[in-house]
Amino acid sequence: MARTVTTNRKIINTAAAWTIGLLIFFPILWTILTSFKSEATAIADPPVFLFFDWSLENYRVVLERSDYGRFLLNSVIIAGGSIILGIIVAVPAAWSMAFVPGKYTKDILLWMLSTKMLPAVGVLYPIYLIFIKMGLLDSRIGLTVILMLINLPIIVWMLYTYFREIPGEILEAARMDGATLREEIVYVLTPMAVPGIASTLLLNFILAWNEAFWTLNLTAAKAAPLTAFIASYSSPEGLFYAKLSAASTMAIAPILILGWFSQKQLVRGLTFGAVK
Amino acid sequence: MATHQSRSAARLMMAPAVVLLLGWMLVPLSMTLYFSFKKYLPLRGGDLGWVGLENYTRFVTSSAFWPSVQATLVIVGAVLVITIVLGILLAMLLDQPMWGQGIVRILVIAPFFVMPTVSALVWKNMFMDPVNGLFAHLWQFFGLAPIEWLSQASMTSIIMIVSWQWLPFATLILLTAIQSLDGEQMEAAEMDGAPALSKFFHLVLPHMARAITIVVLIQMIFLLSIFAEIFVTTQGSFGTRTLTYLIYQRVLESQNVGLGSAGGIFAVILANIIAIFLMRIVGKNLDA
Amino acid sequence: MGKIQLKQVTKKFGDVQVIPPLDLTIEDGEFAVFVGPSGCGKSTLLRMIAGLEDLTTGTIAIDDADATDTPPAKRGLAMVFQSYALYPHMSVRKNIAFPLRMAKMDKAEQDRRIAAAASALNLTDYLDRRPGQLSGGQRQRVAIGRAIVREPSAFLFDEPLSNLDAALRVGMRLEICEMHERLKTTMIYVTHDQVEAMTMADKIVVLQAGVIEQVGSPLELYHAPRNLFVAGFIGSPKMNLISGPEAAKRDAVTIGIRPEHIDVSDSGGMWQGKVGVAEHLGSDTFFHIHDTGLAEMITVRAPGEVSFRHGDTIHLTPRADQIHRFDAEGLRLS
Repeated sequence: MARTVTTNRKIINTAAAWTIGLLIFFPILWTILTSFKSEATAIADPPVFLFFDWSLENYRVVLERSDYGRFLLNSVIIAGGSIILGIIVAVPAAWSMAFVPGKYTKDILLWMLSTKMLPAVGVLYPIYLIFIKMGLLDSRIGLTVILMLINLPIIVWMLYTYFREIPGEILEAARMDGATLREEIVYVLTPMAVPGIASTLLLNFILAWNEAFWTLNLTAAKAAPLTAFIASYSSPEGLFYAKLSAASTMAIAPILILGWFSQKQLVRGLTFGAVK
Repeated sequence: MATHQSRSAARLMMAPAVVLLLGWMLVPLSMTLYFSFKKYLPLRGGDLGWVGLENYTRFVTSSAFWPSVQATLVIVGAVLVITIVLGILLAMLLDQPMWGQGIVRILVIAPFFVMPTVSALVWKNMFMDPVNGLFAHLWQFFGLAPIEWLSQASMTSIIMIVSWQWLPFATLILLTAIQSLDGEQMEAAEMDGAPALSKFFHLVLPHMARAITIVVLIQMIFLLSIFAEIFVTTQGSFGTRTLTYLIYQRVLESQNVGLGSAGGIFAVILANIIAIFLMRIVGKNLDA
Repeated sequence: MGKIQLKQVTKKFGDVQVIPPLDLTIEDGEFAVFVGPSGCGKSTLLRMIAGLEDLTTGTIAIDDADATDTPPAKRGLAMVFQSYALYPHMSVRKNIAFPLRMAKMDKAEQDRRIAAAASALNLTDYLDRRPGQLSGGQRQRVAIGRAIVREPSAFLFDEPLSNLDAALRVGMRLEICEMHERLKTTMIYVTHDQVEAMTMADKIVVLQAGVIEQVGSPLELYHAPRNLFVAGFIGSPKMNLISGPEAAKRDAVTIGIRPEHIDVSDSGGMWQGKVGVAEHLGSDTFFHIHDTGLAEMITVRAPGEVSFRHGDTIHLTPRADQIHRFDAEGLRLS
């Protein structure tokens, strides 16, 4: 907006926004700070903010004591695998809907989105049963497939909105140039849609990483990702604030960084394109 | 605008996604429906035969049902009000000219990216713990007796945690909506001498109506099924047992699958009612 | 070779018939232009020939072989799109090479053809740029280059010049004509601009609402329009179409006379009127004349500079041998 604003007004805005912003961010900041404290400092009364002996001890302990590495690996494999599987299934589907729309395209798209609304708890037992029967309980592959399925509607949807921005004539040109359908998608569509595909992958990686219903209920020890690892700290014997903070910081740091890159896509992805 | 070759190719390429989602939807859902008409106790005799609608009536008449519905409604309602009201205010503030806008934005959005188990645990232990939590210290500083948040004010605590998680989402989307408001319209209103409040109610709010509706509907879907926040904090005690959590307990904790499935069907129906409204809005947008 | 035959071709979008049964033959080496107002089905027709759109009924034969169900990639045709449709993520070289790469042509031959096309189109210096860094005219050349290298049996152009400014358009028009002279390959060119059609075509196909109104050489269309639509569409400024007593005098329902076939004078003539607007172009002067006693305003094109001004009385005489007569259905009477 091209409105002129007095400097005073701007100072007030800035002060208010920063105060509120820091307040909202404070729990995260506090967690990060605590992760560098000793257990004693972490629960000191009155609380200590910045002036303490900063130490990486907690990180060392968390990494050594628990199988942090395995949980992290599980998170990466499950979240990463689910988006890769998802994109393989979703790219052809989104191509179809964006470039060869038919009478029912819109209905199919909306129906796909509506499956996202299915409350997980409503199908918990059947999935549980199927997993037991198929030996998928507490397996990475099982969880990967589940997360792929719950995010597939968003992946298809986001790709569809990105693909729709690509002019159909370019794909037709490829067809005229002798490209097969596969070549058209691999050499022309995909490279042009790289930014859209990347943001789709990013947002869905975040969603998969943070998923905390199926990851808690379908895993035990082997395939448990970081969500479950952190939840295990809720037991009383796990109550070491500094170590809890270190573990938490490690679990959220990568996603915070990725998340900040995906702000714009977040709006598009989570509102199904209804808010731009 | 296509040939039959491309149309049949399109059908073929859409098939995997459609089949997968169809299976994902139909198979477990019909199993749940099937179980909901059975007495089914996996650890105590397994399948004990058809019972008709007994599970439904038992689920609805059990003493836990209405409190769980109430808890669900209170949590969903309160979080919605808090996130929407604060979200609008925050979005309007962030839309103002200031220094370091980008950084403030990042600070505000951050909680959305924190995994639910982490935020629940951090709040539970480091803020709400009656002995070592920051709130306890704060209360003592003012000479007050610390509150046992998760037992004495359990609902308030859950609402606080969940609101903190979802405020960024509401703010971000409402901010996007505000930013698309036509600057010239606002200037015209200013020229007309419209006071700030009437500008807000006659220009800003109507412009954001759609975005607000979408935030409400999407949050409702997610809030109805919050799980980790309760699982990690109160485990459903102290009146925080929501419908989702109740069903979870029936199915996995007490292994009464028939009863839990009947509850699951209720949850599915509830979610679908909201989904219909959301799909309508999204569908309209598709045509545009 | 590049002979294209359409037999009883129709097209429906849903329940809407955009092309009623249509027959058309384009001979090998011909430069055919489909012209008509927007929405007349000319682009749809081109896309059907390209294979990008199905026929509802009928057949298409390319070089006497049935190609109705052949996918676009296998028809051996090249197309230049209105938006150029260049691949934005590829360099000019890669864009031009794309059809060759798809045809699995060996690298040396690819390079040879790219070099030849680039030099013919003045693109040699731009081969390593991306389309985004080129001007409209250069992009157009790249699109043409991409079409040429395949050595197709026919080129299809879908309003290729409509995104260029007027000066460039004339230049590109010449280049395309020269290209046709050089290659002698069949070309089908779609445009809504009758000037382009007149200047470029061997054969013009005038379309309206999916129906072919007339097929013929530019001069045939100019001298003997088959009906009122073609008469009004071809030629600029438009033919004057006059109905009423003047037409009845000549045993017609409507008569047509082109602006350049009316002689003007300040003393005497068949019709008398007042000059409304006078457009002095130097080479010609256009007059728009009112109050002639005719229902229609008359446009006249006089060669050179003629010094009638707004409000002057002017006398008009149509050349008798250049008057076109049409019946009640709008068809030409001879």
